[in-house]
Amino acid sequence: MKTEGETVAAETAAILEGILKRYRDDDGNIISILQDVQDVFGYIREDAVNWFSKKLDIPASRFFGVVTFYAQFHLRPRGKNIVSVCCGTACHVKGGSKIAEQVKKELHLNSEGETTNDKRFTFEVVRCVGACSIAPVVLVNSKVYGDMTVDSTSKLIKKLKEGAGAKK
Amino acid sequence: MQKNNLKKVIVRVCIGTGGLAAGGKEVIDAFKKEISDRCIDIDLDFTCHYQKVGCRGFCARDVLVDVVDGDKSLTYQCIKPEMAARIVDEHLIGGKPVKEWLIDDTYYAFHAKQKKILLKDCGTIDPEDINAYIDVGGYSGIKKVLSEMNPEDVISEIKASGLRGRGGAGFPTGLKWEICRKTPGDTKYIICNADEGDPGAFMDRSIIEGNPHSVIEGMMIAGYAVGSDHGYVYIRAEYPFAVERLRLAISQAHERGYLGKNIFGSNFGFDIKVKLGAGAFVCGEETALIASIEGQRGMPRAKPPFPVHHGLWGKPTVINNVETLSNIPYIIRNGAQWYASIGTEKSKGTKVFALTGKVKNTGLIEVPMGITLREIIYDIGGGIIGDREFKAVQTGGPSGGCIPAEMLDIPVDYESLAQVGSIVGSGGMVVLDETDCMVNIARFFLEFTQAESCGKCVPCRIGTKRLLEILDRITKGLGREGDIELLQKLSSDIKAASLCGLGQTAPNPVLSTIRYFREEYEAHIRDKKCPAKVCRDLLTYYIIEEFCKGCGACLRACPSGAITGEKKKLHKINPDICIKCGACFEVCKFKAVGRE
Repeated sequence: MKTEGETVAAETAAILEGILKRYRDDDGNIISILQDVQDVFGYIREDAVNWFSKKLDIPASRFFGVVTFYAQFHLRPRGKNIVSVCCGTACHVKGGSKIAEQVKKELHLNSEGETTNDKRFTFEVVRCVGACSIAPVVLVNSKVYGDMTVDSTSKLIKKLKEGAGAKK
Repeated sequence: MQKNNLKKVIVRVCIGTGGLAAGGKEVIDAFKKEISDRCIDIDLDFTCHYQKVGCRGFCARDVLVDVVDGDKSLTYQCIKPEMAARIVDEHLIGGKPVKEWLIDDTYYAFHAKQKKILLKDCGTIDPEDINAYIDVGGYSGIKKVLSEMNPEDVISEIKASGLRGRGGAGFPTGLKWEICRKTPGDTKYIICNADEGDPGAFMDRSIIEGNPHSVIEGMMIAGYAVGSDHGYVYIRAEYPFAVERLRLAISQAHERGYLGKNIFGSNFGFDIKVKLGAGAFVCGEETALIASIEGQRGMPRAKPPFPVHHGLWGKPTVINNVETLSNIPYIIRNGAQWYASIGTEKSKGTKVFALTGKVKNTGLIEVPMGITLREIIYDIGGGIIGDREFKAVQTGGPSGGCIPAEMLDIPVDYESLAQVGSIVGSGGMVVLDETDCMVNIARFFLEFTQAESCGKCVPCRIGTKRLLEILDRITKGLGREGDIELLQKLSSDIKAASLCGLGQTAPNPVLSTIRYFREEYEAHIRDKKCPAKVCRDLLTYYIIEEFCKGCGACLRACPSGAITGEKKKLHKINPDICIKCGACFEVCKFKAVGRE
């Protein structure tokens, strides 16, 4: 870990200033700040945390305590597209784990949370996205695909691989 | 001709979660285009409009589209964008509905036994337009409260209605408000708990997405009753559409002056902030939720003191769930007597359930309390997919239990479900059939609660881990004599000693499955067999000689090279190489792959 000043590049500092401005007067602002940091950078950058720690005079350990507690936060960069397979109850009884296996196979990944080498895809498992009536479901970023089968999952991933870049 | 005076024909398209996933956005775009392309050059004696609405409930038949012509309304099911042109041509312009696309008897059966209060508006009004809510009587509840009632009147009205918390525990809402009102303090808070974390439940999501203003109005009325001018909605970040619609609704209410200071010319002011959860199931527990809003790790604390005395930033706080708050405006508008006339003696009103799993008609339903499980599963749900045999219904998510077939006739209310070892909970109802393994289901829930345990107290953190390990070895064929008793003993310790609701209820899925399906546990432990043929390690796959045609489909599908055989000759599975993935079983068209 850097000790000297925790400097960040000027443009990064400007972004962080913007986030700080939004929440400076908000009690209990840590989670909101971290959510915005992750929105901008895709993950929680250590230098950003240290920057906020100084500005707000809150120990960095408190930030990291929060980051590691909540499933939403990631300390490592993730792929451009997040492919999440739901393994909530309804999806589980309708074969969600088979869908997850298929996604892993198509993306050549071994376990949950891994990212492909080209940084295009990250595979995740989520616990219920509230789309149980169309279980089992797969999410690509925020788009929900319902009533999935092993076959339709293969097709979906193949199509994503062919298409370029990230989709909202 | 003055277009304004013409009668309106409205096309309503469902854009709830199910609707959107089925292509609701594309369908509404198609109608938008077709209406503007086709209706423009023709001289009609009416105008055509389109409107987006929230969840219609019957998600299995999405996208659902209504064509509303005055008081006549017809519903189409399973609509795709390319079908829009024909509906516009034949129905809107030609006046002849496209009969083969209309809903069938199943749709009526799905609705016959429901009683829609919250979901009525949810599927008919545009959730992104405050005027749509006002047109159906919205915000008249808070107006009535501010002009005619003092806070004590409001509390007695809610008490008289018999409304109980819809988040799971069923605490009387009016009483909670009363205690908070009587607690001294200048600053008090209203928190709406929209951290709907139970897997298999999506009622709150659908209410916020379909009728967000009802939640806002409910919070305002709660604020007036307990003497609070500030509310928070703590909502899951996993529900982006709900967050978006809620924020839009709050800003529209602000623009109207419905939120802010001196609401409707009174001295009452109220404001609402939205806080996003960050993915922790335990934050549905009220003290953990408070810690999370305060920006800390979401860990619960011992109660008492309860939040009504010592809540957010130490101030008296009422925490109500989304569905509870959404009921409030309807109770105020229609009166406590009306609400109390629905339901059973101790459980009043209606309850929204997410009906999912192995039923034919999955979706969101609202039923009067006291309806039987059989009515829900067979009359509303249409029975089991493929007419297989019903095995159990799981209610209450990870805190609930599994209810077997012989108890299908019990009424759905707080007390009856508790009596059979489950709970109403937040309203998830997952139906299981003969192909579901109950040990596997118990293991599934323990995997969830173990991962979501916050780690603060030992019984929950370590107890759930040990429960999971035992269940894990049972499903792998390594179960030992005495495991069932060990599970029961451990469960009762965890229930007795855990700090919060998560740990206190985590063993429920284990206990209820042992209670009703003990023989399945015994089959796993003693015979090393999984009767439902789910647990992978307990299965063997083999080729049934008389059915095998030697087509080679299984051989190609096998990822481990365990299958051998020449074309048009009998194939064989080598059990030493077989990884039991079931690929051959799925792919064989001749049912020549057996498993046991």
